[in-house]
Amino acid sequence: MSDVLAPAAHTFPADPPDAAAVEEAWRRVQLARHANRPRTLDLASRMFEGFIELRGDRAFRDDPAIAGGPALLNGKPVMVIGHQKGNDTESNILRNFGSPHPDGFRKAQRLMVLADKLRMPLVTLLDTAGAFPGPAAEERGQAEAIASSIKLMTGLQVPIVVVIVGEGGSGGALAIGVGDEVLALENAVYSVISPEGCASILWRAPEKAPEAAAAMRMTAADQLALGVIDGIIEEPEEGAHTDHAATAASIKKAVVAALGRISRLQTEELLATRYARLRGIGLVHETEDESIRLEEASLRRRIGRLLRLPGAPRRPRWSEIWPSGDDGTDSEGGA
Amino acid sequence: MPIKFPFTRRRDTPQDAWTKCPACESQIFNKQLERNVRVCPTCGHHFRMSIGERIDLLLDDRSFQEHDAGLSSGDPLAFHDQKPYPDRLEAARVKTGLREAAVWGIGAIEGRRVAICLFDFRFMGGSMGSVVGEKVARCFETALAERIPAIVVSSSGGARMQEGTLSLLQLAKTTAPLMRMDEAGIPFISVLTDPTTGGVLASFASLGDVIVAEPRALIGFAGARVASGTIGEDLPAGFQTAEFLLEHGFVDMVVARSELRSMLARILRVVPVAAVEQDDAEARPWGPIGVLSGLAERLGGAVSETIGIDTEPARTGGNGAVDSREKVREAGEER
Repeated sequence: MSDVLAPAAHTFPADPPDAAAVEEAWRRVQLARHANRPRTLDLASRMFEGFIELRGDRAFRDDPAIAGGPALLNGKPVMVIGHQKGNDTESNILRNFGSPHPDGFRKAQRLMVLADKLRMPLVTLLDTAGAFPGPAAEERGQAEAIASSIKLMTGLQVPIVVVIVGEGGSGGALAIGVGDEVLALENAVYSVISPEGCASILWRAPEKAPEAAAAMRMTAADQLALGVIDGIIEEPEEGAHTDHAATAASIKKAVVAALGRISRLQTEELLATRYARLRGIGLVHETEDESIRLEEASLRRRIGRLLRLPGAPRRPRWSEIWPSGDDGTDSEGGA
Repeated sequence: MPIKFPFTRRRDTPQDAWTKCPACESQIFNKQLERNVRVCPTCGHHFRMSIGERIDLLLDDRSFQEHDAGLSSGDPLAFHDQKPYPDRLEAARVKTGLREAAVWGIGAIEGRRVAICLFDFRFMGGSMGSVVGEKVARCFETALAERIPAIVVSSSGGARMQEGTLSLLQLAKTTAPLMRMDEAGIPFISVLTDPTTGGVLASFASLGDVIVAEPRALIGFAGARVASGTIGEDLPAGFQTAEFLLEHGFVDMVVARSELRSMLARILRVVPVAAVEQDDAEARPWGPIGVLSGLAERLGGAVSETIGIDTEPARTGGNGAVDSREKVREAGEER
């Protein structure tokens, strides 16, 4: 048996997270969601020169929950795309609290294609609770928009650096989060579902969100241990919300360093490395192939029938090997 | 005493029981339900199917051979909710006779070979963790290497919460091969069955070259309760059904189960694998073996362990992303 956890094998303690671990995970979630955390447009104006926001998806509308456009990073052109939360109630309503509709992801795709065309490296800034789940989003194909965005990023011929600056919320984050290097601010979090959503499904109690946050190992440090991210960017002592300028400077330094590393790769190598990185994610136990052949199954069935109830052997069918049973709804896994 | 065999499952309910149709409330004799490919004879409600029944329904008799049956999940996060993750996995294995929520292999539809991956919703809600993602990716990579069409029959609640962001990243892991299939001219047919939601819909399932859905299947990004809760109002009639997606342009057709096999055969006839130009055939370095062995060389074998391929360096160059720029642009223009 070979177990492969790529790239960094790490074992978490088998016991459930204790009270201190739960508190610590929840503290990080609170910091990642802090109302004064620097947003994409705050960072874009501090990290880059000459940033110009480009708007609209050229199909339906401009989604203010995603912001982006070209800029210069130390004099070199880059494309910047990020989720955009508001800083107060009014701007949060405008920005839909940073939760994009499909139009936002299609705007992002449009900007990615432009970056690809002009050979500009792509820098994305992740900060969303998740893609918006409302009826309008469903009607316009939220799932398709996320899927297409992910697919597009896997094939972009320019270097991609992803920085999780606040909340990395599920598919809405990953839609602009496929990169050659993925970095996270110290107090950023990254998860497959919000802790509240996880708690209400698995604990059937949304107030268990802190426990869910700890169980999902969603802090930047845990994500680094899992190999999902490649590096952590330090924040000012009390958190990024206390000093936007210092935070922007730290992110800039890290992005410049990351781009320096990636830009050495030829395009083919860049794409092959990106593919291999994605391809290697996850823990898979592999044993000898024990696939069933119908002939063997037939024998098993015959013996089984013989020992239970003698009967004429019939032509075996896959439905006898994997039959259907009770249709009981089973929502203990999906997000 | 009856003997229990691995991969066979004792039926707890007597074979001659009746099933009540949840749609029209008529009582259906179980044998009649099975003969009618698990469709209610009164109202046409499509009951969920097991993987075995699906194989019998769709593929030529005795053509299916399972691949990678030996893959099984680990517990990378040491995840605990009210039950440890390994206990949930074990319960699902006992319940379904499956080792994981998906099975993949090679079979034939009216004589045409296809790589096919099938989901069973009863196994932890058909959720996609590392192993399910690995099976989908290997299905696509094999379709690419053998130049045969790929089919995935989805039935899933989404990404598996118990593997955290490793599950989230399976969205990218399963989508990346589709980019290569675009370039190599390998068709992918996505079959959406009840229910297909969350991360599976937000990745490969939405990206079929042809997308087929079963009547009245629940298909959507977010659960209907989430969507309703988010906006605090009632949802439009037929929201998130196969027919809703057809109307909004996200699936190509809604096909009754009794017609599904013949429709897939028809599609395969008119959506064939692209012909390879003679001088191009040797030079085309796509396919998991060529690409990844090139990588394996570079990454010192780590990749080959991850995906279990031969480390013999096959072709030079590794990655043939020569003309993907055009594809990228086309993908963008669809928006």
